[in-house]
Amino acid sequence: MITLTINGNKHEFSGDPSTPVLWYLRDELNLTGPKFGCGMAQCGACTVHIDGVAQRSCVLPVAAVAGLSITTIEGLSEQGDHPVQQAWVEHKVPQCGFCQCGQMMQAASLLAANPNPTDDEIVSNMSGNICRCGTYPRIHKAIKSAAKTIAGVQYFDPNEQGEEV
Amino acid sequence: MSQDNKYFDLNRRQFLKTSAIGALVLGTYFVGSAPRAFAGVLEQPSELAKRANLFIALRPDGMVEITCHRSEMGQQIRTAIAQIVADEMEAAWDKVIVIQGKGDPKYGDQNTDGSRSIRYNMQRLREMGASVRYMMQHAAAKYWKVEPQTCTANQHVVTHSSGKSLTYKDLIDLALTITPPEADKLTLKTRKEWRYINTGMAHIDLADLVTGKAIFAADVREPQALVAIIERPPVVGGVIKSFDASATKAINGVIDVIEIPAPKGAPQFQPKGGIAIIAKNTWAAWQGRKALKVVWDDGKNGDYNSEEFKKSLLQTVQTPQANIRDKGDAMGVLAKSSNKLVADYYAPHLAQAPMEPPCATAMYNKDSVDIWAATQNPQADMKTVAAMLGMDESKINVHVTMLGGGFGRKSKPDFSAEAAYLSMKVGKPIRVQWTREDDIQHGFYHAVSAQHIEASLDKNGAIESYLHRTAFSPITSTFSEGATTPGSFELRLGFTDNPINTPNMKLENGDAQAKVRIGWMRSVSNIFHAFAIQSFIGEAAHKAGRDQKDYLLDTIGPSRIVDVTEQNATYDNYGGDKAVYPLDIGRLRHVIEKVADMSKWGRELPKGRGLGIAAHRSFLTYVATVVEVEVSDAGDLKVIKSWVAIDAGTVVNTDTVKNQTQGGSIYGITTAISDGITFDKGRVQQSNFHDYRVPRMSDSPLEIEVEIVQSDAPPAGVGEPSTPVYAPALCNAIFAACGKRIRQLPIGDQLKA
Repeated sequence: MITLTINGNKHEFSGDPSTPVLWYLRDELNLTGPKFGCGMAQCGACTVHIDGVAQRSCVLPVAAVAGLSITTIEGLSEQGDHPVQQAWVEHKVPQCGFCQCGQMMQAASLLAANPNPTDDEIVSNMSGNICRCGTYPRIHKAIKSAAKTIAGVQYFDPNEQGEEV
Repeated sequence: MSQDNKYFDLNRRQFLKTSAIGALVLGTYFVGSAPRAFAGVLEQPSELAKRANLFIALRPDGMVEITCHRSEMGQQIRTAIAQIVADEMEAAWDKVIVIQGKGDPKYGDQNTDGSRSIRYNMQRLREMGASVRYMMQHAAAKYWKVEPQTCTANQHVVTHSSGKSLTYKDLIDLALTITPPEADKLTLKTRKEWRYINTGMAHIDLADLVTGKAIFAADVREPQALVAIIERPPVVGGVIKSFDASATKAINGVIDVIEIPAPKGAPQFQPKGGIAIIAKNTWAAWQGRKALKVVWDDGKNGDYNSEEFKKSLLQTVQTPQANIRDKGDAMGVLAKSSNKLVADYYAPHLAQAPMEPPCATAMYNKDSVDIWAATQNPQADMKTVAAMLGMDESKINVHVTMLGGGFGRKSKPDFSAEAAYLSMKVGKPIRVQWTREDDIQHGFYHAVSAQHIEASLDKNGAIESYLHRTAFSPITSTFSEGATTPGSFELRLGFTDNPINTPNMKLENGDAQAKVRIGWMRSVSNIFHAFAIQSFIGEAAHKAGRDQKDYLLDTIGPSRIVDVTEQNATYDNYGGDKAVYPLDIGRLRHVIEKVADMSKWGRELPKGRGLGIAAHRSFLTYVATVVEVEVSDAGDLKVIKSWVAIDAGTVVNTDTVKNQTQGGSIYGITTAISDGITFDKGRVQQSNFHDYRVPRMSDSPLEIEVEIVQSDAPPAGVGEPSTPVYAPALCNAIFAACGKRIRQLPIGDQLKA
């Protein structure tokens, strides 16, 4: 029996301990925000936080997260208003949206560790997350916006239309 | 199903049937050639109601349900359709709900490819919206016993000139007694009156997309569903010789192992066949497949080697081939020329590789099948499944989920047919999950191509004669077994309709075999045709000692309408009426001039930097792109910035058009830097994103400036046209930066040499 915390709730897992966290979340807990994109930590669509740090859940066995705390996009914020989520709305980042939960989890982890990343730091931190729709320029801008919000410099009013990029 | 019903129309009819008072439901039906809006109460469906496709339902609570019958894959068609209808009907945006339409021929075409959703539908959606506005206005007039012209509909409310008002909700019952006029007698809004159309309003699914609530194919939860992962023959046409599933069956959670029959005849959208591992969950199925041992009989395609094939394609284009377009005496002038430029171009197979691998859930119920699928074309799912299961198409219910990208792959519903077949065999709902390896190795690939271009330049450097030969594995082979000649629908994608203004032109096409399944990928053969033509114009500019942009403008010549059918070419203009959507060189010139301004073309650049330009009309839209690159002494390439000018005629959502154009440009980087799909012994040699590399943020410019030409022209395509220009603009920029000319894709390590 493996115990772990997911989005603040305690869970017990009794299946095959080699099961990747992604399939436990999706198949058993119906947490479908983390997506399956590659199964070998190449695309980042499955990104979740393990004790606050972004990791690829598709290659991470449940056995490796015993006693740890997992956050998925569903648990990133209660109202869907984490500064990163707000910035994604402000810049109208998503096209199909399939990769964006992973992108946002990666970005939130980056900003938690480095609240004021440089352009190059954003690129190197985000280049493990693929977006086939090609929203990279908007992701980059959104992270810079979110950084400003976190720093308290500027607040985004969700009632206002975001600036077109 | 316990899905949030806004993504599916499952519960809609039920809701309408159970509502105490009649809801106003509106659709169009076609009598002869004139569409006419139809309104009615669903409780008493008339013959016409049965024939109508129901697009608008004004519910008793005043909410408007608008049906989106096209697939959503990131182009925000759900928002665009709602914008058009809501604008014309004067609906308040916060009272709009979008329902995703099932697969149903009553909607007309649902094949969401070819960048044509808006082009095909804008007019009739406007007419339907305007019909509702008419009905509301006339219902209010009837109630107040006043002239309809004294009543104005505005944001869900009709107001009389005296100031009194009624809401749409109040007017539903009375509106049902009003018959809207025929389409040509309706008053549509003027452009100045538009409040949603031609704005950059946020898309309706945005909040769900940033919170993980949007439902993609693999997110459909059917409690009883089992998961299938399938081992498919590595070679197209291969069959099972023998297999051993004993280790598979020993894995905890594996329930069954089922053979899927090999396809018959041309591939079409049939499953490739193979062996399905049915399990309680994805991981058990995954482990089960790993443990499976299969011996394959590869069949006649087991000899396919893409390196050998490349040589034969490049050979084909050295000799005269079938004539496609002919003007003047191209060959005679070339034979006598002393100032010739000759170049061969090559581009490999590619995989669309949408972020969401193909996935479908099917539930077989004896006399019907329900399918939830990430499909671009639900009517193709109906046909393919019906044929495989021997059922009537009308019994196949296809529910379209959100698509995690499509790019043409998901127009081919082999994955839905697999799910339906397995559900029938197992007697339970089945979710077929493709892995990334499955997606890369069992796709419908972008055609491999070789091209030969020759031109003679006159004393001023202008092209006086032009010969272009193309040869590529044709899409026709997917539908007709052994076909080696492309359809005119493939040649017209940037080849037949080149804009070069020269007195002598010859276009030829050589046959090519296809030993794999060939399919369309975002902008299709425009990709390699625009790459060759726009690279060649860049090369000719250099040979002539001219500025690339000036030479490009001179090469396409003065503003005018070109009709390539006058040069003995077969050309269907993307199905667009050539009187409405002519090949207009003036519009192409305009985007070139605009993008040159945007990028400050001609400015001084530091050493190692270069600007490249390319322009191309595809899907009836005109795009010009400038790319700025830096190439280091060691040959490392960095894309600094891009600028794109796009003239797509009337556009519905300006922000979507910008996002699509940025994304289409980055998809174009794929065509230049991706490793390509290669084959040996008929097998794909790549398997996942580590060896089939696609652009990442580090490969992408951080800034892609897009300007949309404000135009009153009818709407044209948006999703695809920014893709084909990108690779040639990039390669022209590389040449400007370091003097190396890329004629073969991918770029790979050619800059290192």
